Amino acid sequence: MTARSLSTVAFAPGVGRPVALRRDAPNASITLRGLSKSFGDKPVLRDIDLHVPAGQFLAIVGRSGCGKSTLLRTIVGLEGPSSGTIQVAGGRSDAGRIMFQEPRLLPWARIVDNVRVGVRNGGSKADARKAALAALDEVGLADRAGEWPSVLSGGQKQRVALARALVSHPQVLALDEPLGALDALTRIEMQTLLERVWREQGFTAVLVTHDVSEALALADRVVLIENGAIALDVAVDLPRPRRRGSVEIAKLEGAILDKLFGDIERPTDESPLHREAVA
Amino acid sequence: MRLDLRSLQSFIIPVGLILVWQALATAGEISGTVLPAPTAVFAAGWRLALSGELWSNIGVSAWRAAIGLAIGGGIGFTLGLANGASRLFERLTDPTLQMIRTIPHLAMIPLVILWFGIDETAKIFLVALGVFFPVYLNTLHGIRTVDSQLVEMGRAYGMSNWALFTRVVLPGALPSIFVGLRYALGIMWLTLIVAETISASSGLGYMAMNAREFMMVDVVVLSILIYALLGKLADSAAKLLERATLSWHPAYLSV
Repeated sequence: MTARSLSTVAFAPGVGRPVALRRDAPNASITLRGLSKSFGDKPVLRDIDLHVPAGQFLAIVGRSGCGKSTLLRTIVGLEGPSSGTIQVAGGRSDAGRIMFQEPRLLPWARIVDNVRVGVRNGGSKADARKAALAALDEVGLADRAGEWPSVLSGGQKQRVALARALVSHPQVLALDEPLGALDALTRIEMQTLLERVWREQGFTAVLVTHDVSEALALADRVVLIENGAIALDVAVDLPRPRRRGSVEIAKLEGAILDKLFGDIERPTDESPLHREAVA
Repeated sequence: MRLDLRSLQSFIIPVGLILVWQALATAGEISGTVLPAPTAVFAAGWRLALSGELWSNIGVSAWRAAIGLAIGGGIGFTLGLANGASRLFERLTDPTLQMIRTIPHLAMIPLVILWFGIDETAKIFLVALGVFFPVYLNTLHGIRTVDSQLVEMGRAYGMSNWALFTRVVLPGALPSIFVGLRYALGIMWLTLIVAETISASSGLGYMAMNAREFMMVDVVVLSILIYALLGKLADSAAKLLERATLSWHPAYLSV
C-alpha cells in the first residue's frame, strides 16, 4: 500500500521538477497548529496540524461539506480560525493569492484591467499594465487584453483569473476547486497550465478538489479531509509530467478512494468505481 | 442602409397620426376650438418662438427641472450609498424614508404653497422630493445586490475600502442606479408641469394655463407637445449616458 496514514509524512520533492528555474521563496511554507473552526455550534475543522513546506504542491481532497474549502479559506485569511494558529510565508499577510471556483472577474473592467487587480499597490500604472500583460501572455491570452470578460469562454475566464492570481508572483497560491466548473478537455488543459506555471514560479500551491485523479495528476502530496480532520496524508512521489492513467496513479487513486468510501462500501476489483480508476 | 430603414420604422406611427390629424382638421371633421390642425399648432409655436416667449418659458422650466433633479437626485444617491454601505445608517433612516415615500408628493402642493408661496423654491422643492425616492431606492437596491463574490475577491486581493467602492461596488450598482435615474426623469417633468400649472408666473405649465384663459387652444396643444418632446429628450440623454457607462454590459455590447 502506497498510502500512509501519517500526519507527518516525509516529503520528497517531485523528481522531474527543474530546480534551477525556481524563484527564491525562502519562507513560503504554511504551518497550521491545532486549527479548529466552527460556524456557530457546528464544528467544521477539528484540531488540524499541517505543515506544507515551501514550494510544495498540496492537494486537499474530500467529500463535499467535509471542511476542505473552509480549510483553504482559513489559510488565505478569508475566514478566521476559532482556535489554533496559522503561519503563512513567515507571517506576511499579503504573500498569498486565491483562485476561486468561479472566475470572479469584474465584468466592467477590460481583461487586462482585471489582471491588474492582482498587482500589488505601489507601482506605477504603466508598470502594472506591463505586468498584467506579461501574466496574460503566460496563460496564452495576451491577444485578448482589451476585450470584456463577457466574450470569453469559461476556461478562458478561469485563465484570466489565474493570470490575476499570478501577476503579483505570490509565494502561496490557494486554489479553491478552480477547475470544478470546466468541461473535461478544458480541465486537462488547465491542469497542464497550472503545473507549468507552478514549476516555473515555484510557489507553494494548495489545491482543493473533489477530483482525486486531478489531485494525483498535479500534487506532490494529497491530504484527505474527513469530518473536519485529516484522515489520510499521502506523498505522491511520481515523476512529472505525469501520464494520465498510469499504474502508479491508479494504485494511489484506488487507495485514497478506498479510504474515502471505506466507511460505506469498500470497492473491489470488480466494482465500477475501481475499474474507472484503473482505466 | 438597412439599419437606417429599420430606425425609420419607429417614425411611421407618429408621422401617420399627424398626417391623419392634419387631414381631418383640413376636412373640417375636427373643430379648431377642440383640436387645432398641426399647421396651426406649428404656427403658434413659430409665433411664440419669434417673440422669445417660448424660449424663456422652456428655459425657466428646464432650469427648475435641472436644479430639482440635482438636489433630490443628489440627496437620494448619497443616502442610497450610505444606507447601502452601513446597516446602522439604514436602520436609522430607512423606516422614516419609507414612511414619507407613501405620501404622494403632489399631495404636498397646498402645504408647499403655504411654506414657500409660488416662487421658485416651491417648484424646486416638489421636483426634488419627487425624484428623491426613485434615485434613493434604486441606488440602495443596486448596492445591496452587488455580487458578494466579487466583493470577497476584492478584499482577498487587498483592495482598500475606497478601491472596493470605486472598482467593484459602484460599477456593480450602476445599472440599477440608471433605472432609478430614468424613473426620476419621468417624475421630474410630471411634478414640474403639475406644479407650474397650479401656481406659477413663468414656465411651460404657466404658458399653457395662461393660454387656456385666452382660449388659445393651439398654444395649449403646443405646450403638451413640448412636454412630450422634452420628456423624450431627457430619456434619450439618460439612455445615451447608460450606453456610454455600461458598455461592458452584455446587453450593450456592440462587437
